[in-house]
Amino acid sequence: MLNIIWAVMILVGVLYAGFTGHMAEVTNQALASTRDAVELCITMAGVMALWMGLMEIADKAGIVAKMTRGIGPFLHFLFPDIPKEHPARGYIATNIIANMLGLGWACTPAGLKAMGALQDLEKERGTYREGVASNEMCNFLIFNISSLELIPVNMVAYRSQYGSANPAGILAPAFLATLVSSVAAVCFIKWKDRCSRKAVHG
Amino acid sequence: MSIMTQVSNLIIPAVIFYVVGYGMVSGVKTYECFLKGAKEGLRIVVDIMPTLIGLMVGVGILRASGFFDFIGVICKPVTGAIGLPTELVPLLAVKLFSSSAATGLVIDIFETLGPDSVCGRIASILMSCTETVFYTMSVYFLAVKVTKTRYTLAGALLSTLAGTIASILLGR
Repeated sequence: MLNIIWAVMILVGVLYAGFTGHMAEVTNQALASTRDAVELCITMAGVMALWMGLMEIADKAGIVAKMTRGIGPFLHFLFPDIPKEHPARGYIATNIIANMLGLGWACTPAGLKAMGALQDLEKERGTYREGVASNEMCNFLIFNISSLELIPVNMVAYRSQYGSANPAGILAPAFLATLVSSVAAVCFIKWKDRCSRKAVHG
Repeated sequence: MSIMTQVSNLIIPAVIFYVVGYGMVSGVKTYECFLKGAKEGLRIVVDIMPTLIGLMVGVGILRASGFFDFIGVICKPVTGAIGLPTELVPLLAVKLFSSSAATGLVIDIFETLGPDSVCGRIASILMSCTETVFYTMSVYFLAVKVTKTRYTLAGALLSTLAGTIASILLGR
């Protein structure tokens, strides 16, 4: 995906600059951007080190595991048809919590395992269709994309780098916005579930 | 807005206090753990550095060429009608495909308009509210070789739309 987006950005930019006579600006900006990127990474390095350090403590102290268990009832609400002991449940929980805490590295592996486990679940049920997403897969991905990130650490870091008077000032509105997108996702999932139940039971 | 700001300012100190306090009470070697995690954090930044350089150069070229202004002019009739700042249009489009490319655009908005401008605030909120729709779908479905994704896209777009509207309203 990025291979195309990135190449198109560069090619369109240079061509457009050629037609409108902005070549000098493009040269300056290309060089300035590399410097900006490195400066930004230096700010990011400190923030990420602090955050990941804290999260390592949270992990070792059992806070992450506690949170993962804590969302059990919510998982049951969202995925009523996944059996309690099924491994898919644990992976989904880990994925959601990692997402909430901004632990990108823990998020994707758990999410991919969850997809695999959901596929196994379909096979166990005998309803597996090759290449077709199951209801749970769709629901899990919709909820995942709706993302419930509690603290967008990166954004705070970027804002502070560019001289915001209050870098953390967006945390509360950002939480509300992410809550809205997640609630919309849950409503959609529940609506789809009801449709498919009606289709099965006639 | 002042309550929102106060809550915002409380969140990070509260999290730091809770994590370190909880860690100490449960007998974790807090500082050793912190150092281990911090090292991992630095590694992550080193990993994303080339991406960030590449994308910021791409966005920089596109902006310097005047192309963003051109898009803004084209979109003006639509965005003006719904009260969306034109500077956010490229961001909304790119964000569906790649979150790192979107990050490049957000930083560009911070640079040109400032993080505390209306656009800067909306962009900050927007970036923290949903994941990249097409990227996430392709990675997750590829893992189980699913090509028929059924209603996933509709649901993901609906939730993204809800988040976008909320971001615009909250960022003003």
